[in-house]
Amino acid sequence: MATSRSYSPPWRRGLGYVVLAAFALLFLGPFLIQLATSFKTDADAAGNALSLVPDPVSVRAWERIFGFSADSGVPFGRWLANSTIVATCITLGRVFLDSLAGYALARLRFRGRKLVFWLILGVLSVPNVVLLIPRFLVLKELSLYNTYTGMILPIMVDAAGIFIMRQFFLQVPVSVEEAARIDGAGVFRTYWAIVLPMVRPGILTVTILAFQGSWNEFSFFLVATSDPKYETLTTGLARFSSGSRGAGTQYPVTLGAALLSTIPIAILFFLFQRQFVGGRLSGGVKG
Amino acid sequence: MSVSARSVVPVAAPRRGRRSLARKRENRAGWLFVSPAVVLLTLFLVVPILLAFYVSLTKWDGLSSPFSGEARFVGLDNYENLLGVDALNRLTFMRSVRNNFYFVLFVVPLQTALALFLAVLLNNRLLRGKGLFRTAFYFPSITSSVAVSLVFIFLFQGFGSVNKVLSLVGIQGPNWLADSRGVFHQVLAAIGVDAAPGWAQHKFLSLTWWDWLSGPSVAMCVIIALVVWTTSGTFMLMFLAALQGISPEIEEASDLDGATAWQRFRLVTLPMLRPTLLLVLTLGVISTWQVFDQIYLTGNNPATNTPAYLSFSQGFDNQAFGLGAAIAFLIFALIVALTAIQRKVVGTGEDD
Repeated sequence: MATSRSYSPPWRRGLGYVVLAAFALLFLGPFLIQLATSFKTDADAAGNALSLVPDPVSVRAWERIFGFSADSGVPFGRWLANSTIVATCITLGRVFLDSLAGYALARLRFRGRKLVFWLILGVLSVPNVVLLIPRFLVLKELSLYNTYTGMILPIMVDAAGIFIMRQFFLQVPVSVEEAARIDGAGVFRTYWAIVLPMVRPGILTVTILAFQGSWNEFSFFLVATSDPKYETLTTGLARFSSGSRGAGTQYPVTLGAALLSTIPIAILFFLFQRQFVGGRLSGGVKG
Repeated sequence: MSVSARSVVPVAAPRRGRRSLARKRENRAGWLFVSPAVVLLTLFLVVPILLAFYVSLTKWDGLSSPFSGEARFVGLDNYENLLGVDALNRLTFMRSVRNNFYFVLFVVPLQTALALFLAVLLNNRLLRGKGLFRTAFYFPSITSSVAVSLVFIFLFQGFGSVNKVLSLVGIQGPNWLADSRGVFHQVLAAIGVDAAPGWAQHKFLSLTWWDWLSGPSVAMCVIIALVVWTTSGTFMLMFLAALQGISPEIEEASDLDGATAWQRFRLVTLPMLRPTLLLVLTLGVISTWQVFDQIYLTGNNPATNTPAYLSFSQGFDNQAFGLGAAIAFLIFALIVALTAIQRKVVGTGEDD
């Protein structure tokens, strides 16, 4: 296609690449420095903060992270286990419960549907930071403070996920369900066996958003637990770093552990970029 | 958004009795389907807010149950201490409002401009490897706030990477996160205004005008950079989606009219991006008034304290949960107002 745009001089395209590359460095540079620092000694990390080449190369930080070192003090395994348990339960819960509610709102006629719709739309705009003290109160009243249940249940349903699922269910032709009903399938069977398999992209989107959200969740876990037994990658890392900063620099360990905690999300991101992007665009932005 | 009335019509139910039976079953199924979500949202969103509102009217230390009688009902005292009485509580609160105000003032325009700039660059049809660049720009947005905050703490320490770069061009960088001096004060000092002039020594809501006009602290600049860096990618995607919706013919027509690239952007592209621009701006304002994680992680510097963090620390550090809950409600009121404005502004944008 020959358009007038083809006449734009080559130097301008070259300039475009230079600008893009500069920004790519700005956006990825911190991760490179993070990776390099995790292989440095404490002294090297403090002295040569900009250098991308560890001198000498040290794996002491990684030994401490993986627990191969005598002076460990980094319960990375426990953080990882807790993050995995909590994020998995929250993700499974959200996918199932969000899709149930989304299906009902999209397709089932029941008294009070409008009311439920407005309730969910209403809580959608309640900011997380407003809920910190309130959720702490409720967890204490229900004796769920410092329990896995208390970390999982309150965020096992999310309004944004319900709306995303509802949107996907609305796109399924009604005739599919009519056929199933004629064959005598009940409401749950129709939903489970016929319609749910047809909204696989929606399920994938909600799964990924839920896993990313619960893996990265920080402020809620901060007020739901105080016992180190329940520390996740986020709360554990945060407490470790604020505790160690006074005691001298432990940047190689902190940055290595932070990097490792990012990897599962990074893998998911590279596998399912489209769902990340699509989900973000339809679900709005969370600080 | 409206509730769709589409539903499954039982076609194979000629008789009245069977139809109403099907209706009843659907009604029951509907409630069964939504009840887990409704119960959980009520129990962990609606009830907490009601409970916290009650607590915001008390003086409670967080140890006993707020209903055990140990919490003293004090009416609107907590709110009055935050807004009315000229004492320490109002001073701290107003300082946090000022800090957050400057945070919003800098983050929102910067992240919007950067996101738009990157989106326009990536929308050029002749560039190769766009997917790679898009991934690079978006990647920080998906990582955890804790992990990236720790990286930025490292980059901005006294002997950190940023100061190393600055020293290459002969600038001695500050000890960023420990520096609570206001940036506007610094600029004024550079042109010879070291102290507050007479008019600026008057107080407004516990802070002198001089303090109100301090600008963001040096420490806050780090958090501004961090947040712009993490959120621009998301907003860039929104702009890209909108740009791809603009038909090439419209832009090409303006090319034929002899418009320069800048004229084309300003007169053709930008007006068509208006709805997205409004969405990005309002979402930005709403989320920047809630900044918490990054503040918590960068340490306890009064010059980066925001209302969200103050609410937390009044409760969990000072055992003043009533006061903390009251601050949370003030933020809530602000966010509700901003969301209402957003729905109104963006709603009209989508109509045309």
